[in-house]
Amino acid sequence: MATDILMPALSPTMKTGTLARWLKKEGETVAAGDLIAEIETDKATMEVEAVDEGIVGRLLVAEGTPDIAVNTPIAILVDEGEAVPEKPTSAGEPTVEAPAASTASAPESSAAPAQETSRNAAPVVEKGKRIFISPLARRLAKERGLDIATLKGTGPNGRILRRDVDNGAVKAPASAPTKTEEASVKSGEVQSVPHSTMRKVIARRLTESKTQVPHFYVSVDIELDALLALRSKLNASLEAEGLKLSVNDMMIRAVALALKKQPGLNVQFTETEMLHFDDADIAMAVSVPDGLVTPIIRQADKKSLRQISVEARDLAGRARAGKLVPEEFQGGTFSISNMGMFGVKDFAAILNPPQAAILAIASGQKRPVVRDGELAIATVMTVTLSVDHRAVDGALGAQWLNTLRDLVQNPYSLVI
Amino acid sequence: MSNLFDLIVIGGGPGGYVAALRASQLGMNVALVESTHMGGVCLNWGCIPTKALLRSADLYHTLHHLKDYGLSAENPSFDLASVVKRSRGVATRMGRGVAHLLKKAKVSTFDGRAQLAGRQGDAHKVAVMKDGQQTAEIQAPHVILATGARARQLPGLETDGKLIWGAREAMTPDVLPKKLLVIGSGAIGVEFASFYRDLGCEVTIAEVADRIMVAEDPEISAQARKAFEKRGMTIHTNTKVGPLQKGENSVSTTLETPDGTVDLTVDRVICAVGIVGNVEELGLEKTRAKVDRTHIITDEFCRTDEPGLYAIGDVAGAPWLAHKASHEGVICVEKISGRSPEPLHALNIPGCTYSHPQVASVGLSEEKARAAGYRVKVGRFPFLANGKAVAMGEPDGMTKTVFDAETGELLGAHMIGPEVTEMIQGYVIARTGELTEAELSETVFPHPTISETMHEAVLAAYEGALHI
Repeated sequence: MATDILMPALSPTMKTGTLARWLKKEGETVAAGDLIAEIETDKATMEVEAVDEGIVGRLLVAEGTPDIAVNTPIAILVDEGEAVPEKPTSAGEPTVEAPAASTASAPESSAAPAQETSRNAAPVVEKGKRIFISPLARRLAKERGLDIATLKGTGPNGRILRRDVDNGAVKAPASAPTKTEEASVKSGEVQSVPHSTMRKVIARRLTESKTQVPHFYVSVDIELDALLALRSKLNASLEAEGLKLSVNDMMIRAVALALKKQPGLNVQFTETEMLHFDDADIAMAVSVPDGLVTPIIRQADKKSLRQISVEARDLAGRARAGKLVPEEFQGGTFSISNMGMFGVKDFAAILNPPQAAILAIASGQKRPVVRDGELAIATVMTVTLSVDHRAVDGALGAQWLNTLRDLVQNPYSLVI
Repeated sequence: MSNLFDLIVIGGGPGGYVAALRASQLGMNVALVESTHMGGVCLNWGCIPTKALLRSADLYHTLHHLKDYGLSAENPSFDLASVVKRSRGVATRMGRGVAHLLKKAKVSTFDGRAQLAGRQGDAHKVAVMKDGQQTAEIQAPHVILATGARARQLPGLETDGKLIWGAREAMTPDVLPKKLLVIGSGAIGVEFASFYRDLGCEVTIAEVADRIMVAEDPEISAQARKAFEKRGMTIHTNTKVGPLQKGENSVSTTLETPDGTVDLTVDRVICAVGIVGNVEELGLEKTRAKVDRTHIITDEFCRTDEPGLYAIGDVAGAPWLAHKASHEGVICVEKISGRSPEPLHALNIPGCTYSHPQVASVGLSEEKARAAGYRVKVGRFPFLANGKAVAMGEPDGMTKTVFDAETGELLGAHMIGPEVTEMIQGYVIARTGELTEAELSETVFPHPTISETMHEAVLAAYEGALHI
């Protein structure tokens, strides 16, 4: 009867190994105790002995295949005269794409890349392995620069669907820890850590933005004292509810109102037309382990500070937990990046395409200011607007910043 | 027979009996409690018998247009009693089929009304009542409520079984009314309007919304209205129906239309103004399950807030469609058995109306897609440019597609015309399988078929249709 030869655990801690070399070919007879393959782990190279006797019916894994999970079938042993099964007998799921060659012609199959992955292993997929994915998901993954081999499918029999591509952008970092460990200790001092999907997306999108979108930058200093005073008062009255407005919540509201007053910044440039948005959907950059996501406060111009605060806290919390659904971080008409909590004086942000503007908010600091010819102390915050010059010209950017400054320095309009 | 089961299903309609069959396939010991007819409203007083009636009406209509096909017949006529008898016969035959399937699947069936009667440990107790008497008490850890829905009764428009008809009276008429008022232009309303119009009634439809078949794409609504009017119906939208004055054998009322009031006297009124869920006398108040306006609140796997208690189909809310109920039954049972079924996606549930012309759709209308923020590509193809439709003598119709311009996802598809209810599944498969315009364009559609309009409507949204 056909039996599977499984990837052995050569040490108690071994989880995966590389099949370095086959010592038997398909069609060769083996006796118990014969050496059949060399397996490489990060610690050592070891030989694998056959436990049973029989004929090597099929080698399921090509030489050099890395990251084979322990207990994955790597070959099928058959009795004399027995038909060779296409698939391993032990695995419940047909995970091997069998080579087209006839079962008896042994030599070429060892070169054919018939890879094997365990059902529970990270989805490592090599060339020639069929990936089940919907056409829509395949197209979206391509557009977003995602490697479909890294996506985990949640559809029928693991088929990758649109939602998996949408989720892939935020969930990937946590999904491949074993690969990272394997790869991280190879060459002396340098640790090479493969990119997470999120890192790849950030790299691609921001490179596109910096190379294809002509940025210009405008900065302005905004005095914060009135806003801070208002915030303390509001927070005192909200204390009973356990609500606490942040400066960020108030800036989201101020930015949304400024966009309503100066809608010229609430636009997107496309090759053929300019898109003007009615709603101010404010994306806020939230840093998460290994990257950032930009959940969106939709229609922030129509929401109260209270709503914005509650929503922003919920979105940021779930962003850090990797639990946003795609609608919550896709879209948005304007972005805010706030590094106030890090005490920075000023910085400039890279545009988040296809949006036409992003506001970089630095920290509020006590600085000397000149008021009516006298030196005074005020809490001042520098904000820098990055703008897509294809969509918006310099004067408008400057005017918009002035509008924002007026709103923040006379903050009562934020609560009316 | 033991009174302990793995699963009790309450209600033998297309939700309940399918749930019972699937549970049996998965090795469960299943009880099904049904108070009236196996097959429920769908099979006995809804989908199936109306299709039989509409078939008769359609043939009768064709008999009057034989000349168009080079044929003739002397004095075509119909016998209303025989038409109704055939419809009842179809219902009876299909009902027997369901009973047979349940028997074959070894589902234990109970005749009576079921009521939740508390818990015993992990099990729910269910009392079976017949004529006010308890005839059995059965138990199971899982109970599915599939009690369906009934026609909504509006104050002043209550059906009385004689002059004001509900669906049941409308499908078993003893005499053919000469004049008929249909209140409501959803699927049920327009199907009856179609049936009676084809038999020669003067039919008036009154709809409170600004267009008929308000669930459909506005463009389809407009085409349907045109087609119905061409067939001789009178249609009033944005219209309120005044008090119904019942006479001996007639009903008078005043329609408040945007163009002023219209006095109308008809022989019969059909009231088809929506659905309410059958949530009463189930013992729900003793459970944690929540009811929102006659519908039981459930999650994506049909679970109520009460552990082990589920609700599927009409009683669990819109869309009120038999195929939605059946599919929920399968999902619900598979989840109970520990499988990982895919939840039902509302936008992948097709809707079909069997009026003349037929209407079928899936997904978002163009209007709704735009409102949801999509940049859309829209394709249209008229049946007038389709060889098969013209050859059939049915050149009125249209297929319309709505794609997401950014991703190529088929957001919705809308069809009106002959046989569209049989064809819409092609687009449903496309949506469920997440096909894009590329695969649909590459698909070879057989010639000559009306389904070629489905291909052309895809091409029309992108590079352009070929035959127009």
